[in-house]
Amino acid sequence: MQFGKLCLVAVAALALAACEAPGSRDDEDAGKSPAENPFPSTYKPYPSQTLLIANATVLDGAGARIENGSVLIEGGKIKAVGADVTAPDGAVTLDARGKWVTPGIIDNHSHLGAYPSPGVDAHGDGNEISGPVTAEVWVEHSVWPQDPGFTRALAGGITSLQILPGSANLFGGRGVTLKNVPARTVQAMKFPGAPYTLKMACGENPKRVYGYGRGTTPGGAPYSRMGNVAGYRDAWIKAADYKKQLDKAESGGGDPPKRDLELETLAGVLSGDILVHMHCYRADEMAQILDISNEFGYKVAAFHHAVESYKIADKLAEYGACSSMWADWWGFKMEAYDGIPENIPLVHNAGACAIVHSDSDVGIQRLNQEAAKAWADGKRIGIDVPIEVAWQWLSLNPAKSLGIEKETGSLEPGKMADVVIWSGNPFSSYAKAEKVFIDGAQMFDRNDPALQPVMDFELGHPGEGDRK
Amino acid sequence: MIRRLLLSFAALAVSPFAAAQPIAIYGDTVWTGTSQGTITDGMVVIDNGRIVSVGPASGGAPSGATEVRAQWVTPGLISAFSRTGLSEVSGVDDANDSGAGSSPFSAALNAADGFNPEATAIAVTRLDGFTRLAVAPEAQSALFGGQGFLADTSGLPGSIFRERVFAFVVLGERGASISGGSRPAAWASLRGAFDDVRFFGARYMTHNEGNVLTRMDAQALMPAVKGDQLILFQASRASDLAAIMDFKEQNPSLRVAIVGADEGWMVAGRLAELDIPVIVDAFSNLPSSFSQLAATSENAMRLSQAGVTVAIVNLDNDSHLARLATQIAGNAVANGMDFDDAMRALTTAPAEIFGMTGLGILAPGARADVVAWDGDPLEVTSAPKAVYIDGDAQPMQSRQTKLRDRYRTLDESQRPMAFKR
Repeated sequence: MQFGKLCLVAVAALALAACEAPGSRDDEDAGKSPAENPFPSTYKPYPSQTLLIANATVLDGAGARIENGSVLIEGGKIKAVGADVTAPDGAVTLDARGKWVTPGIIDNHSHLGAYPSPGVDAHGDGNEISGPVTAEVWVEHSVWPQDPGFTRALAGGITSLQILPGSANLFGGRGVTLKNVPARTVQAMKFPGAPYTLKMACGENPKRVYGYGRGTTPGGAPYSRMGNVAGYRDAWIKAADYKKQLDKAESGGGDPPKRDLELETLAGVLSGDILVHMHCYRADEMAQILDISNEFGYKVAAFHHAVESYKIADKLAEYGACSSMWADWWGFKMEAYDGIPENIPLVHNAGACAIVHSDSDVGIQRLNQEAAKAWADGKRIGIDVPIEVAWQWLSLNPAKSLGIEKETGSLEPGKMADVVIWSGNPFSSYAKAEKVFIDGAQMFDRNDPALQPVMDFELGHPGEGDRK
Repeated sequence: MIRRLLLSFAALAVSPFAAAQPIAIYGDTVWTGTSQGTITDGMVVIDNGRIVSVGPASGGAPSGATEVRAQWVTPGLISAFSRTGLSEVSGVDDANDSGAGSSPFSAALNAADGFNPEATAIAVTRLDGFTRLAVAPEAQSALFGGQGFLADTSGLPGSIFRERVFAFVVLGERGASISGGSRPAAWASLRGAFDDVRFFGARYMTHNEGNVLTRMDAQALMPAVKGDQLILFQASRASDLAAIMDFKEQNPSLRVAIVGADEGWMVAGRLAELDIPVIVDAFSNLPSSFSQLAATSENAMRLSQAGVTVAIVNLDNDSHLARLATQIAGNAVANGMDFDDAMRALTTAPAEIFGMTGLGILAPGARADVVAWDGDPLEVTSAPKAVYIDGDAQPMQSRQTKLRDRYRTLDESQRPMAFKR
């Protein structure tokens, strides 16, 4: 059985291919055997029309702002963006005068589906707390596609999102990147060809959950932050050894090792195929994680929460790790005590990759406002970032952190037409996402109840179909 | 006249450093919260801890007045429900006095005993324009959480200006679970507790335990049962709200308000009829529990349109981010709420609910809690430039601004960061 290695190689090759041809990933899941890719995406874009969104203020998500701009969508892709785009024959033109158009927002830290609404115990599927190292679990196996939270996020302009396992464990398991389309199965939401991710966690959570046995049992390791670090390193040593055996088998040097779900995932990180997303609040801990990643030869794609990134923004810029941050959460635990509202602009200002994330079924509904708060707080201390640049915190940077930036995250020709039309400047309390397109298909309309999805759970309840 | 003098004296007593000279605060927009409405190019003059005048800027500032200019001027905002100042770090038990799961007492727990005016969240909340707080204990040992209080956000000793203002009682799912596992158990506890209070003399003559309450808890609950003190119920489901209203009708002397009320819009007419105010988190639009199946972001608007007194708060993080109530109110406006109603939900409504006379409005004679903003206070991009409490200009620094200023640049070539202050 060589499939562990084969799978890794296949993903790497495809990632490379994707770099050369934007949007070429759509069918790649289909090209793999069940052994190579046991839970393939079955997502297919819904029917769309050739659509010219005209006369809007367009933020292309790559840093440009176009007044009286237009976006042409054709075949589910962005065809053209600019001030003088004309509608081809047969295209529908939507006059968006006074509106703003942006790429869809990508939240790279959500637990929707894994911790769905209602938040009853029976739904608590986000943390496999059976041990500190559970790299073997995949959060997609916990995602309930009927979570009403997905529809609320859609109404907030979220077109793609990463679902992560919780932060109880040192290694929490694989994350999954979804297109925010209502679906019967999670496979039908999976972002085609998106790389897998691995959730890891620093600090208080792992040592509290395991070391102190949640207050009821003697517990086990880790008891401390040094125990956390020993736990990471120990697992990476095993993973490096496993990878060595895989590599040896690959080059004809014997049988591959026995399949091991945990080590397959960790080896996938060491091969560069699986992206590390690490929950980490404190600056000093992030710096240590960077060293560990260098010791074992992998890369941290993004630190999550990262409330102290502003203290080491220079180091994060130099290393090239993103920080996924809240605008203003702080003080709810010791490691969040030094959170400040200027974290995001300070990280951006240091040349590091800044991302606005939610980690919340409430926050995910208005990440544009979270970005706006950070943007305004930055401006007050002299960090004057144009809105069109700041929008990268919401789309392109999270796309980069998820390895899907060639496909989505900005309004550039060839990319997926993941687009939001806002009622006005989205950096405002009063702006609403009016229309949301995913791969060119309109999935939400604030003014048309027929285009407002209602999840199974809500049918027959007093809130069914109400304005949310 | 005597009352006025007394009030002035009280203001001075609270604020020993009251400004010696008047301050004229100009605003492109002045939102008064009174029949004066919103004044374009307005001016608010404060002196001696009080508002002296509110009117058009053309009136001119009194001679010798300090002049302050802002885009918007509003009354100091009032947080209608929070745990601000009860915890320094919520997740650190030793630094959190919000609730007491192991206490033998419940209704007698006086949240004011846990308040620290120097808690860093106070300044953070003040910097976003909140000058007054209604603070509630958490109900952890029983559905009676204890006694709530009112405080200003000056961070000074004596910032609590009224203790034991309301009794906090948790019903709904939480109340059920804390009472033994069901709503019937919660209601049995509530009715039993009322009986304990009503028959206090007989029941506690020979021992300290009633059917539900200890002697001390029964004593503490007495003003609420008699209708002398507000009872703030927490509940979300429409049927729970209906049960509270039934209870109110059976006990007409009770003074009742409700926090949560996610399904309040379904019973809005009756709430208005019974004059029961509600304190809502207008972000709530998910069926987060089986008590919130009809949650909608239009709840605040619908309640308000039905004539219910509505205050808006952040229930998601009520200790450190009470200040986000402005964003939540702005979103309520985006979801159809009248702007003035949304502003009232942060000013006059909480003042009315908790009986804060002379607060939440810009009016001659009112206490000089005033905020000068760099924009519309409900906009996420706006922030106060200056905050006055009882006429005193407040420091605009917090532990957060100190951290920010230390790390604004990361140059450590000469000295470590720890030397930067």
